[in-house]
Amino acid sequence: MDEALLRSLTPSVLSVLVRRGADFAAAEDAVQDALVEAVRVWPERPPRDPKGWLVTVAWRRFLDATRADAARRRREEAVDKEPTPGPAPTADDTLRLYFLCAHPSLTPSSAVALTLRAVGGLSTRQIAEAYLVPEATMAQRISRAKRTVSGVRFDQPGDVATVLRVLYLVFNEGYSGDVDLAAEAIRLTRQLAAVIDHPEVAGLLALMLLHHARRAARTAPDGSLVPLAEQDRARWDTEAIAEGVGILQGALARDRLGEFQAQAAIAALHADAPTAGETDWVQIVEWYDELARLTDSPVVRLNRAVAVGEADGPRAGLAALAGLDDSLPRHCAVAAYLHERDGDLGTAARLYAEAARKAANLAERDHLTRQAARLNARFRH
Amino acid sequence: MAKYLLLKHYRGAPAAVNDVPMDQWTPEEISAHIQYMQDFAARLEKTGEFVDGQALAPEGRWVRYDGEGRPPVTDGPFAETKDLIAGWMVIDVDSYERAVDLAGELSAAPGAGGKPIHEWLEVRPFLSAPPTITE
Repeated sequence: MDEALLRSLTPSVLSVLVRRGADFAAAEDAVQDALVEAVRVWPERPPRDPKGWLVTVAWRRFLDATRADAARRRREEAVDKEPTPGPAPTADDTLRLYFLCAHPSLTPSSAVALTLRAVGGLSTRQIAEAYLVPEATMAQRISRAKRTVSGVRFDQPGDVATVLRVLYLVFNEGYSGDVDLAAEAIRLTRQLAAVIDHPEVAGLLALMLLHHARRAARTAPDGSLVPLAEQDRARWDTEAIAEGVGILQGALARDRLGEFQAQAAIAALHADAPTAGETDWVQIVEWYDELARLTDSPVVRLNRAVAVGEADGPRAGLAALAGLDDSLPRHCAVAAYLHERDGDLGTAARLYAEAARKAANLAERDHLTRQAARLNARFRH
Repeated sequence: MAKYLLLKHYRGAPAAVNDVPMDQWTPEEISAHIQYMQDFAARLEKTGEFVDGQALAPEGRWVRYDGEGRPPVTDGPFAETKDLIAGWMVIDVDSYERAVDLAGELSAAPGAGGKPIHEWLEVRPFLSAPPTITE
C-alpha cells in the first residue's frame, strides 16, 4: 500500500467532514483514526473508492466520538454500510486547510506539527519522532494548536506567505528519522501548488527540488558534510533539477519576484554549473542583491559576502563582510573561509576553530573543526 | 523548535540568593519545593514543550580505559574537584527568549522560608540537525 497516496487524501477527507458540520478538532481526530484503520485493513481488502472509504470511516468515527446515542449510531451504520463518496471538496477547501494550520496565532512549532498531521496525515508518533520529542508532548502541542485555531472560521482567506514559511521550516529543519521531512515538505508544497496559482509557491517548490537534488552528494558515507564546491555533481538528481528549473522559469516569467524565487534562482545557478569552478558567481551576486532588497535579512548579506568573495576575490568578500554584525550565525565560518582564500592561513585556522565552537549543529561543528585541523597541520610541517 | 538543557549544577555561578541547604528546610518547605518542580514539568507537558527531566544521585565514580584486556579503572569521588550536577530539564521551545523565561521560572522554586531560591541555572542549546539550505 502506498502510504503517501493514502495520506494525500487527508485534506480532502477532512474538508468533507468540516463541510458536513463537524468541528475542525474533532474531524481531524476522526480522520486520523480512519487513516490508522486504512493502514490496517487495506492491504487485505483494498477499497474500490479509497476516498469514499475514508470519508465513511472518518464520519462514523466522528459520530462515535460526538454522539453517545448507541441506537442512532447503529441506524446510521446500517445506512452507511456501503461506502459512499462524500460531496466533492473543492481546491479551495484544501487551501483553507493549509491556511488554518499555518494560522498566524500559532507558534512556528505548533503550525508545523498541525500541518504535518491535519494536511500531511502523519501520526502524532511520527511527528514526535521526526522532532525528537516524547509522543505525549507532541500530542499536547497538537491539541493545543487545535484549540488555538478553534475560533477561526474555516472559510476565512489566509495569507499564503505564512503557509510557505511553515513548509520551508518542515523542509529545512528537522531530524531524519523514519519520516523523510524534506520529501514530505516537497509533497505538501506540490499539493499546495496544485490548488493555488502563486509564483512564490512555485518558487518554494523549485527551491526545495533544487536542494533536494543534491541530497545524496551532501554527506559522505561517514555522515560528514560535503561542502557544495566539493560535491560529486554526478550524484545530483538531474530529474529533480530539471523539474525545479522548469517550475522556476514558469514562476519568473510571471514577473512577480519574491524571496523564494530568488533563492531558487541561486540554487538553479549552482545546479547549472558542471563544475564548481564554472559557477556563474557574478549572476549569483546579482540574485543576492535582489534577495537583500526583498528581505533585508542579515543572513542574506552574509551569504552575499561569500558570493562576492567568489566573484570579485576574497578581499572584496571580506569588505562585504566588514559591515555585518559578527554575532550572526556562521559569520565566523565565512570570515575563516575568506581569509583562507586570501592566503592568511593563521587567521583562517583561528577563525575556523572559533566558528566550530559557535556552530549550531554537530555536522557543521565537525566540518569546521576539520578545517581548522587541516590548516594547523600545515603549520607543523 | 530548538532544544535547550536547563542544567542545575554548581560550578562557576555565584551562590543562590536564598542559599540554605535543603536539609535545613522544614519538611513542608521540601514538599512545596518538590510540588513546584512537578507542577512546572506538568505545565510544560501541557504546552507541548517538555522533553525530559531527570535528577541525579549526588555522587558518582570516575572511570577510564586502562588498556587492552584490562578492566576499566575506577576512582573517586574526588571532593576537591566536585562539580555537582543535581539534575536537568530538556525543553523544546520556539525561541531562546522562551527558554530563558522558563529557566527563570524554574529558578523561582521555593526553598527555605517558602521564598524563591533564585538559584543560577545554566541554559545550554542543543546542537541541532544541519539545515538543508545553507546558501
